Amino acid sequence: MAAIKVHGFHASTATNMVLCCLNEKQVEYDFVLIDLLTGAHKKPQYLALNPFGVVPTIQDGDLTLFESRAILRYLAQKFKGQGTDLLGSTLSEEALVYQWCEVEGQSFNPPVSTIVSQILVVPRRGGSTDEAAVEMNIEKLGKVLDIYEERLSKSKYLAGDFFSLADLQHLPHTHYLVSACGKGDLISSRKHVNAWWEDISSRPTWQKVAENMKVN
Amino acid sequence: MATIKVHGHHLSTATRLVLCCLEEKQVDYELVVVDLAAGAHKKPQYLALSPFGVVPTIQDGDLTLFESRAIVKYLAKKYKGQGTELFGNSLSEEALVEQWCEVEGQSYNSPASAILFQILFVPMRGGTTDEAVVEMNVEKLVKVLDIYEERLSKSKYLAGDFFSLADLQHLPTTHYLVTACGKGDLISSRKHVKAWWEDISCRPAWKKVSEKSS
Repeated sequence: MAAIKVHGFHASTATNMVLCCLNEKQVEYDFVLIDLLTGAHKKPQYLALNPFGVVPTIQDGDLTLFESRAILRYLAQKFKGQGTDLLGSTLSEEALVYQWCEVEGQSFNPPVSTIVSQILVVPRRGGSTDEAAVEMNIEKLGKVLDIYEERLSKSKYLAGDFFSLADLQHLPHTHYLVSACGKGDLISSRKHVNAWWEDISSRPTWQKVAENMKVN
Repeated sequence: MATIKVHGHHLSTATRLVLCCLEEKQVDYELVVVDLAAGAHKKPQYLALSPFGVVPTIQDGDLTLFESRAIVKYLAKKYKGQGTELFGNSLSEEALVEQWCEVEGQSYNSPASAILFQILFVPMRGGTTDEAVVEMNVEKLVKVLDIYEERLSKSKYLAGDFFSLADLQHLPTTHYLVTACGKGDLISSRKHVKAWWEDISCRPAWKKVSEKSS
């Protein structure tokens, strides 16, 4: 069986979410670099795979799939019974996984990706960090993290007492927030969020991927 | 078996998504109205169910679940084999459903909701629509709809030649864009998007939910 192809970029949070999931499920893959710095993601060859011109996209046999969170759910279902179980053990647990995955996608990701973009990306493109935007999004993120603190005081991981896609989805952006944006205090100031972060970020499957995300 | 309770508001787009899904799956439910105008969603009683203080939340036996897109996935899985199939018929089809659900949640929803917010909600609260914000979001939405037009020229529905959660997720917000915000031209100017919209918005389950005024 041909290995899954992952078209992505080594520093892309969405790409690394998918690579981490492949590691957790012990699935072989081929990495095909789409160099965002040269605009490869906007060229016709890539747009033919993914009309939205963003990374990653996977190819698994006849199936071409984009949107990292959809790719995660596909991999978790297809390789159920292999590697780490990422969807819980019952339909109710799976529902809670979906719930916290949506929380990540709808409430956590927007403020955190704005912070990371302003602090890491904008200066690299010759602009200056919009500090007001950073402040505003730190406030929003703080409110979300307060809810996580409450949740994680009752539950080891977000969806329950089991690691799942919901926790995995948080790894890449939080990694940049803590290690490259100087905003680690948002995590470390919250006892249960901090314990959860230390736990999930020390998973070997993640550590392997985080190597791709070193920022000078 | 106890009926599923939906805590929400019949005018809320996210609540309507869940109600429409329940109708498609032919599942009995009880709508418990959360009075948004009175701030009921921010009171301790509701926050105990759903700490983010947004609607809807469902209760199905011991399970309490929020986030409308998670709720519809749960319902589609739990009631597989009953009512309309909403996840396709194979793992690959399910994956494409998930993909287009994410496109709705990540690329369509944000500009569409921003337009709704400016045109419908801001004046309701005594403010003035920011036309520049509307314009900016119309531009973003147009780029997404152009991709939909291309996709729907090859495929009857978003995930394939079958109606799915991916199409369903577009109903509530698009309905308001077309019927209440005067932005119907965004849909009607695109031949395949228009045909798709006319098809999905005529489904009985959607009509039942959207025509209910109280």
